[in-house]
Amino acid sequence: MAAKAIGPVRRTFAPWDDPAAPPFIEFRNVTKRFGDFVAVDNLSLTIYEREFFALLGPSGCGKTTLMRMVAGFEEPTEGEVLLDGQDLAGVPPYRRPTNMMFQSYALFPHMTIEANIAFGLKQDRMPKAEINARVEEMLTLVKLTPFAKRKPHQLSGGQKQRVALARSLARKPKVLLLDEPLGALDKKLREETQFELVDLQQELGLTFLIVTHDQEEAMTVADRVAIMDHGRIMQVATPAEVYEQPNSRYVADFIGDINLIEGRIVDRAGGRVWLDCGEAGGMIEVEQAMEAATGDDAWFAIRPEKISLSLEAPAAPSVNCITGEVWDIGYLGDVSIYHVRLPDGTTMKSTVTNRTRLVERQITWDDRVWLTWPRDAGVVLTR
Amino acid sequence: MNRRASWFNVTSIAFGLAFLYLPILLLIIYSFNESRLVTVWAGFSTKWYVSLFSNQGLLDAAWVTLRVALLSATAATILGTLAAIALVRFGRFYGRTLFSGMIYAPLVMPDVIIGLSLLLLFVAVDFGRGFWTIVLAHITFSLCFVAIVVQSRLSTFDRSLEEAALDLGCPPVRTFFQITLPLIAPAVIAGWMLAFTLSLDDLVIASFTTGPGATTLPMKIYSQVRLGVTPEINAVSTILIGIVSIGVIAASLVTKRREVARIRAERQAAAGIRNGI
Ligand SMILES: Nc1ncnc2c1ncn2[C@@H]1O[C@H](COP(=O)(O)OP(=O)(O)OP(=O)(O)O)[C@@H](O)[C@H]1O
Ligand SMILES: [Mg+2]
Repeated sequence: MAAKAIGPVRRTFAPWDDPAAPPFIEFRNVTKRFGDFVAVDNLSLTIYEREFFALLGPSGCGKTTLMRMVAGFEEPTEGEVLLDGQDLAGVPPYRRPTNMMFQSYALFPHMTIEANIAFGLKQDRMPKAEINARVEEMLTLVKLTPFAKRKPHQLSGGQKQRVALARSLARKPKVLLLDEPLGALDKKLREETQFELVDLQQELGLTFLIVTHDQEEAMTVADRVAIMDHGRIMQVATPAEVYEQPNSRYVADFIGDINLIEGRIVDRAGGRVWLDCGEAGGMIEVEQAMEAATGDDAWFAIRPEKISLSLEAPAAPSVNCITGEVWDIGYLGDVSIYHVRLPDGTTMKSTVTNRTRLVERQITWDDRVWLTWPRDAGVVLTR
Repeated sequence: MNRRASWFNVTSIAFGLAFLYLPILLLIIYSFNESRLVTVWAGFSTKWYVSLFSNQGLLDAAWVTLRVALLSATAATILGTLAAIALVRFGRFYGRTLFSGMIYAPLVMPDVIIGLSLLLLFVAVDFGRGFWTIVLAHITFSLCFVAIVVQSRLSTFDRSLEEAALDLGCPPVRTFFQITLPLIAPAVIAGWMLAFTLSLDDLVIASFTTGPGATTLPMKIYSQVRLGVTPEINAVSTILIGIVSIGVIAASLVTKRREVARIRAERQAAAGIRNGI
């Protein structure tokens, strides 16, 4: 598959680390208000050419509003949006080199699928033969060739979504804005389409801005992700960074599953931090360079899969070891989640890969277990 | 129990239909009456239809009515649609509340008052009364019916369809003609038909605003009836009823057929999904 060939290219693609790289889409202190309500709050963000950028965040945090400002359906109340160095203020949507796939699909109900996809191409006065070829290509891409002559109301939800995707892709715009493009597809079709999207984006050298509620999807397709909350950006980083080094409890909690223990920084030396977590975790030692001063409140965050679980106390006294009782076990097929109750009543989650077919697990309800993790497994967060 | 309920229903439907259609039925029957006396049946004949076509006065009036109705309905539809768009789309412009309130006024205003005020206006500006004043008057009062019909359709119109068209590079005016208009067309056509029939059967306003040489059919019929009902009038009314019924039946057949086509296509789509295309 072509995705393999892309690997090396994507591995070296990191314009955000290059101070000389010119920004492609740029939000400069953008605020958008609807009446008194602040939908986007003094937000600055830079997206680079050929980047696959994902926006993540809870419902109503302003993702669609952000996209609509790029597409030209909303003007910022304050600040500016630039595309390729040009201020977009006052440029109407039909003159912007962007295309958007709407969250509600917005297919033209009185036109066939074919005509829907061809609509944008006709506006560009593309020759008829070329239009037909492009429509054919798009239909093949979204696997809807047999449906070309149907009207939108004769399609299922997932099929409509694919038509909307094909229509927004057809003009091969410089910037493609996808508002939850794959939400209505089943898992298999979604994964296939994700790969095809990445392929297409690499092949055509387009810039994609995508909104998704599916974290796995964001992790799979995106070069960088932004986590939003209440119209603000909490963190922008590569998927791995966001997952392994969240900058706040909000981000840590939003992406994946995490254990959070409250504590106080007691010491800091040589790239290590010691955190007193009282009854819950005792003294936790973390390998991390950080600014915080001793005495500050902080939280220790660790992913469930980074904690190892055992029935016996570790032989040599290791760093970071706490004990508790198994409170609950969740079986998910590939892994099981153990909820361990600590002496102070809080619970910690630890995932264990199910390596055998045995239904009877070695560790079971009410067992006393020891939780251990190395110094570099978790992070200390100060906000 | 059940039977008695249905017997009751049948009776009430029969009474309702009779109440609505018996007078019309009588009119149609008597238009084929041999006798000149409207109340005495003297055998079947189509002679009144023949004589109708030599009654130049009635034919002229019918022609005037038709032209007035076509012109005023078309103009009222265009203006009413524009008014509806302004009301639904342009948020809070200056005077919007007044405008939207005033658009309902002709609905509740007695025809006599509309007619009289228009007459006063035409006299005041010294506008020669006749065919064009009737057209103007009809546009004025049927415009608001169109506006209301179109407005209710527009308020449920999905704006994102227009945004999608703009996004795909289609300028606003073209978007209106390619996306908005086709989708609100049923409401616009309904508005046109409403305006057309309103104009067709208006007597009061036309009487106020007409001048020499422009007599509409309702005016003609009314003035003749005062001298006594002739079977010719029954004949012309029957023709009118025929035209209206054909229109209504054709419209309902078209929608019915479209519905059938839609259901068939949906079945096919469902079958396609099942067969795993
Ligand atoms: N035209 C509008 N008028 C008033 N408020 C609006 C308007 N459009 C959006 N909002 C508000 O702005 C906030 C952000 O909306 P937005 O559509 O950007 O959310 P979102 O992040 O896309 O959410 P979701 O994931 O549910 O699609 C919401 O609280 C919404 O109610
Ligand atoms: Mg949204």
